[in-house]
Amino acid sequence: MAGVGSTGADPRSFEIVRAPIRADAVLARVRRPGCGAVVVFHGTVRARTGTRRVRYLEYEAYEPMALAQMAAVADAVCRTHGLEALACVHRVGRLEVGEDAMVVAVASPHRAAALAGVEAFIGRLKREVPIWKKEVFEGGAAWIGTPDDPQGERSTPTGAAP
Amino acid sequence: MTPPPPPMPVEVRYFAAAREGAGLTGERLDVPVGLTAGGLLALLAGRHPGLAPVLPGLRVAVNERFVPAEAALAAGDTVALIPPVSGG
Repeated sequence: MAGVGSTGADPRSFEIVRAPIRADAVLARVRRPGCGAVVVFHGTVRARTGTRRVRYLEYEAYEPMALAQMAAVADAVCRTHGLEALACVHRVGRLEVGEDAMVVAVASPHRAAALAGVEAFIGRLKREVPIWKKEVFEGGAAWIGTPDDPQGERSTPTGAAP
Repeated sequence: MTPPPPPMPVEVRYFAAAREGAGLTGERLDVPVGLTAGGLLALLAGRHPGLAPVLPGLRVAVNERFVPAEAALAAGDTVALIPPVSGG
């Protein structure tokens, strides 16, 4: 439970939303007095993938599993990197070029941990969290990461997540 | 003579490219007792030829956790077909 008005909000928070993400609200979830470093990462919809001109993206999630996997990844990353707080909001549905698909905020006492931790969390999210994007471009559409999409970032092909 | 065990029900969920390949978001199936996750994939590939291009790289989650192909299914399991993910 987020302790609204109590001594510090829940240090981990995860959400999947359909409406535009309010990054300031994500930031507010991780700020705390003991942390001198806060990093906020925005993953936004790019206008181009390789030579393709993107019209829009469609995101889809297996929501309960995605939230559980985010929490598991965050636990591991916070432990490894010494983060004191991590919040992640991912949007699904149709997103236009320039919109935020994901906002991740982390906080730690010093910056090195926050910078490394946000990268570690996103790297694992892209392999272990069941969220998909379909790119709709001029002349076609493709699920990013599938074998017929050489442009996408490839996922771990088989087996359980590490 | 012992009668064969009754088939066990499982819930299958399809996402992203697997959803489009199968042409549905999910279905309830009665499958043989002792079927593995990999065995179910083979069975589903037979039912839905449109899944073929999606099979390489596909992972299986049972009750919202990734499992290896040799994991045995149990009655009432929710089995999700997870194509390569691409969040963020």
